[in-house]
Amino acid sequence: MADASAKQVLFEPIFSNNPIALQILGICSALAVTTSMNVTLVMCAAVIAVTAFSNLAVSLVRSQIPGSIRIIVQMTIIASLVIVVDQVLKAYAYEISKQLSVFVGLIITNCIVMGRAEGFAMQNGPWLSFLDGVGNGLGYSVLLIFVAFFRELLGAGSLFGISIMPVVNEGGWYIPNGLLLLPPSAFFIIGLAIWGLRTWKPEQVEEADFKMSRHTAKEAF
Amino acid sequence: MAKPKETVSRTLMVALVLSIVFSVVVSTAAVLLRPAQVKNQNLDIRSNILSAAGMLEPGASAEEIEETFSRFEVRLLDLDTGEYVEPSAVGVTDPMKYDMYKAASDPAMSTNIPSSEDKAGIKRRPNVAKIFTLSENGKLKRVVLPVHGYGLWSTLYGFMSLEGDANTIEGLGFYSHAETPGLGGEVDNPRWKKQWVGKEVYGDNLDEPQIKLVKGGVSADAADKEHKIDALSGATLTSRGVQQLVNYWMGDRGYETYLKKLRQGEV
Repeated sequence: MADASAKQVLFEPIFSNNPIALQILGICSALAVTTSMNVTLVMCAAVIAVTAFSNLAVSLVRSQIPGSIRIIVQMTIIASLVIVVDQVLKAYAYEISKQLSVFVGLIITNCIVMGRAEGFAMQNGPWLSFLDGVGNGLGYSVLLIFVAFFRELLGAGSLFGISIMPVVNEGGWYIPNGLLLLPPSAFFIIGLAIWGLRTWKPEQVEEADFKMSRHTAKEAF
Repeated sequence: MAKPKETVSRTLMVALVLSIVFSVVVSTAAVLLRPAQVKNQNLDIRSNILSAAGMLEPGASAEEIEETFSRFEVRLLDLDTGEYVEPSAVGVTDPMKYDMYKAASDPAMSTNIPSSEDKAGIKRRPNVAKIFTLSENGKLKRVVLPVHGYGLWSTLYGFMSLEGDANTIEGLGFYSHAETPGLGGEVDNPRWKKQWVGKEVYGDNLDEPQIKLVKGGVSADAADKEHKIDALSGATLTSRGVQQLVNYWMGDRGYETYLKKLRQGEV
């Protein structure tokens, strides 16, 4: 990965190496914040900012970090950035930060952030690490937006809060599917997305753990 | 360069420098953004109050909300005596700064509710409530009362707005809850909330709150229809919670003493 080009680093995580679909990281927040598009977009922006800047910061000080405390150092950097992002949201996007509530704080525990800091930024230069952070944040965002699109459209009959299919409760014709407003539905949609992605890019399909051997016993015949 | 990186003093040094740098970053952000955050929180509380009173125009700007809200008077109310108290009695100078939900967890400022009477499921009730009144030409026009209670999954926090007769409902709105989206979460549905407008809390002799959430809708010729509200479909427990909390807060442990005095013009 040392000689990866900037373009590769930025765009690979979107489809070819998607953090959610291929690495199966960051699922928890994908379940929680995808009931409406507005909230999802803000969450995505927050995650992109945190992964990008934590990668940048970790990469800048990577030669100074003693191996014995490197995880704590990364955590400190990530946690500080998350607090800053949370404060900014509270100041400039109050309504949405209320809906995101604890999930902004929980970006700290988002495996993508930590995974990229430890797995990429510790070995690569600041610029590449920054792009890698943006790329992985984008990969996360693409999947989240995909999930949120279906959850909001089918669960509430709207997109970005604007009514697309007027629901029965408000005098329209569409009976919303309540399941899609609850977290488990995100699992189904993520599952379908992974299926779709792996049909499109078969190289992502994992090797089977074991193969069934040929039937050898003759007695049955 | 690789060798000295691992010494103890070096490790401590890195940890120290890093902690200082990031505490400066975090505290700078917190201090610089504080005014904007406080403004947002205040605006949020004000628009919740206005929205319960049916006075919030959709898409109103911060200034408009501020202006409409300034017509209200903030009062601190002793729930047992039904009299207003001075802000100094609860240790604040600005009545807006008093937090009745914080007071509810302070033994000195709240009362334990015996479980037989705890219809709203809130366990402790603050002694002093923060309410909002709107008068025009010296005559009380509306009063907005904070209410809260347990639904199915969560405590619902909201405001109930009554007309000057201290009986007719002008609106009920919840600003914080975690009920099931699409079922109990429909307490936020404007169409459902509209039903509350014009209902009456108390019966003919004005002594007991009579609000009932009923299944199957309220027909035009139903008995006591002025006290009945169509329950939320698919959300029996949230509906029951709303009914209980409204009746609790409008009852003698809640605002009834005060509302009685209000009707007789004693406060």
